[in-house]
Amino acid sequence: MDQPAPHLPAETGDATDPIVIEGLVNRFGDHVIHRDLSLRVRKGEILGVVGGSGTGKSVLMRSIIGLQVPAAGSITVLGRSITDARDDDDIDIRARWGVLFQGGALFSTLTVGENVEVPLREFYPELGDALLHEIAAYKVMLSGLPEEAVGKYPAELSGGMKKRAGLARALALDPELLFLDEPTAGLDPIGAAAFDRLTRALQETLGLTVFLITHDLDTLYEICDRVAVLADGRVIAVGTIPELLATDHPWIQQYFNGPRGRAARDSRARAGAAADMVDKSAAGGA
Amino acid sequence: MRQPAEFSARDDGTIALSGPLTVATVGPLDQALRGLDQPVGAVDLAGVTAIDTVGAWTAWRLARDSGAEITGASAEARRLIDAVSGARADPDVRAPRAELSERVPGAVGDLVVGWWQGTLGVVGFLGQLIVALGHILRHPGAMRGKALVRQLELVGVSALGIIGLMSFLVGIVIAQQGAVQLQQFGAEVYTVNLTGRLAMRELGVLMTAIMVAGRSGSAFAAQLGTMKLTEEVDAMRTIGVSPMIVLVVPRVLASVLMMPLLGFYAAVISIIGGAAISDVALGIPFMTFLLRIQEVVPIRDLWVGMIKAPFFGAIIAMAGCYQGMQVKANAEEVGARTTMAVVQAIFMVIVLDAFFAVFFTNIGWG
Repeated sequence: MDQPAPHLPAETGDATDPIVIEGLVNRFGDHVIHRDLSLRVRKGEILGVVGGSGTGKSVLMRSIIGLQVPAAGSITVLGRSITDARDDDDIDIRARWGVLFQGGALFSTLTVGENVEVPLREFYPELGDALLHEIAAYKVMLSGLPEEAVGKYPAELSGGMKKRAGLARALALDPELLFLDEPTAGLDPIGAAAFDRLTRALQETLGLTVFLITHDLDTLYEICDRVAVLADGRVIAVGTIPELLATDHPWIQQYFNGPRGRAARDSRARAGAAADMVDKSAAGGA
Repeated sequence: MRQPAEFSARDDGTIALSGPLTVATVGPLDQALRGLDQPVGAVDLAGVTAIDTVGAWTAWRLARDSGAEITGASAEARRLIDAVSGARADPDVRAPRAELSERVPGAVGDLVVGWWQGTLGVVGFLGQLIVALGHILRHPGAMRGKALVRQLELVGVSALGIIGLMSFLVGIVIAQQGAVQLQQFGAEVYTVNLTGRLAMRELGVLMTAIMVAGRSGSAFAAQLGTMKLTEEVDAMRTIGVSPMIVLVVPRVLASVLMMPLLGFYAAVISIIGGAAISDVALGIPFMTFLLRIQEVVPIRDLWVGMIKAPFFGAIIAMAGCYQGMQVKANAEEVGARTTMAVVQAIFMVIVLDAFFAVFFTNIGWG
C-alpha cells in the first residue's frame, strides 16, 4: 500500500549540495527498511529528519556516514561517492564531518578533553600538545560545557553534559557537515531548548550543514530550516513546516496536528519575536 | 599538495599571517609562533585565504599572549575569533592526578579497604546464597527448573566436545611422556598405572575445572555483569523476584551437578587417549590397556575425583556469579570482573586440590 508522494515541488538539484542520496535501498534479510529513497541536503541548512519508530532514520544516517552498506542506490557526500568508495578512500571525507551519536558514544577511558583530541591526533599528528589542549578547551567551551569539564571522565558527567561533550568531539575537526542523532532525547525541556539554541548558534557561526534526526517537535519548529519525513521506506516529503502542513498525507497531518504538534506550534507562535532575539544573542554570545 | 600557512615579521613588529589558516595547515605555523621571542605589535590577517576555528584560535592566542591587536580580519575571521575567544589559556585535559607521595599511601589504603570490603562482600554473597538455597528447600516450587536445565545444557552438554578433545590429548601426552621415562627402567608396562590413576584422581577433574572456569565461569560473570549494567537485576528486585534464586542458584547448582559428570567423562577419554597412543607407539594393545586399568586403578581413585568435583564446580560458579553481581560502573568493569572471576576460580580450585591431595593421603586413600 504505497502512498503516492504528496505534492511538493520536485527537488531541484544543485552541484553544491553536500549530501545527495538517490535510489537508496536498505534491507535486513526480508525486512525492507528503505525502498528507493532519495534526498538532497542543501549547503548551510539544518535539515530535520522525522518519521515513526522503525522507519529507518538511524539506518539512513548510518548509510550516509558509511557504517551501513546499502543494498542499492548511490550516496554522495561533499562530492565524494560513499557507496563506491573503499575504506581507504573515504578517510579524507571522515575529516570533513562530525557525528553525535544518541548516547554521546564518548570513549569511557578518556577524559572529555582527550576525547576531543582523538580525531585531531588521528588526522593531524603534526599538531603540538599545547595547541591540542587549547583546541580541546575551546571546543568544550563552544559546546556549552563549563571549563573544568575538560579533565573529567564521561562517567562523571550527566546525560546532557555527555551530549555536549559528544558535540565537542563531533566539532573537533571543524567539520562542514554535522550529523546529530536525537540530540535532545532524554534532556529536560530547559536543557533541550538550550541545546537547540546551541545547535543553531554553532551552525550560524561555523557555517555548518546539519543533518538532524529528532522526535522533538520543539526542535523542528525552533531550528530546522527544512524537514524531511520518512515513511514507507522513502522520503515522502521535504520542505518547511508550513509546506508540509499544506500536504494531505495522513501521517504528516497526524504528526504536526496532534496535541504535541499543536502545543509546539503555539509556543513557537507565542515566543515568536522573543525567541528570535534569544537565538541571535546566543549566536553572538557563543 | 596543500598550501602551507606562513607568517612573516615586519619591521614595525607586525606579524603577518598568510595562506590557509585551518586545522590541516596550522600545525607547523603554531610551533613556529610559540618559539617566537620578539615583541608583537599587531597580528595581520589580511593575507589569510581560508580560516576555521583552529586558525582563529592560533591568531587570537598569539594576539592575546603578546597583547597585540588583530588587524585585517575578514568578517568570517572576526566571527570565528569572537566565538573561540574567552577559552582558558592553560587547559588541563587530563584528570587531576595527585603527587606520588600521596598516591602511594592512597593506593595502599584503597587496597586494604578494598580487601576488607571484598571479604565482607564474599561473606555476604555466601550468606545470601545459603538463604536462597534454604528458601528453595522449604519451597521447592520456587526453584527455576527451566533455568537450571538451560544452565545444565550450557555448562555440561555443550562442553562435551572441547573437554573430550582436551582430555584425549592430555591422555596421549601422559602415556607417551610417561612411557619415555619408564622405559629407562624397563617398566613401560606401568604406563597403564600412571595414566589410569592420574586421570581418575587428578587430571580429569582438574583440567575439566579449568575448562569450565574458562567457559562457564567467565560467561556467568559477563552475563550477570551486563545485566547489572542494564538494570535488569534491579528490575527483578523491584518486581519481587530474587536475583539470587533466579540467576545465581541455577548456575551454581548446574556447575555442582555437572562437574562430577564432566570430570568422569574427561578421565575416561584421557584413558582412551592413553590406550590409543600405547597401541600405536608402545605395542600395548588397546583392549589390554583397558583391561589392565581395571586391575591397577583402585575404585577409590574414582571416588577421590568425584568427591572433589562438586566443590570445584561450586567455587567456579560462585566466583563467576559473585564477580558479575559486583559490577557497577561501566563496560570496562565487566571485562575486569570477568578476568578476576576466572583467575580466582582457577587459583582456588588448585589450592583446594592441594588440600584434598594431602587429606586423601592422610586418611589412607593414597
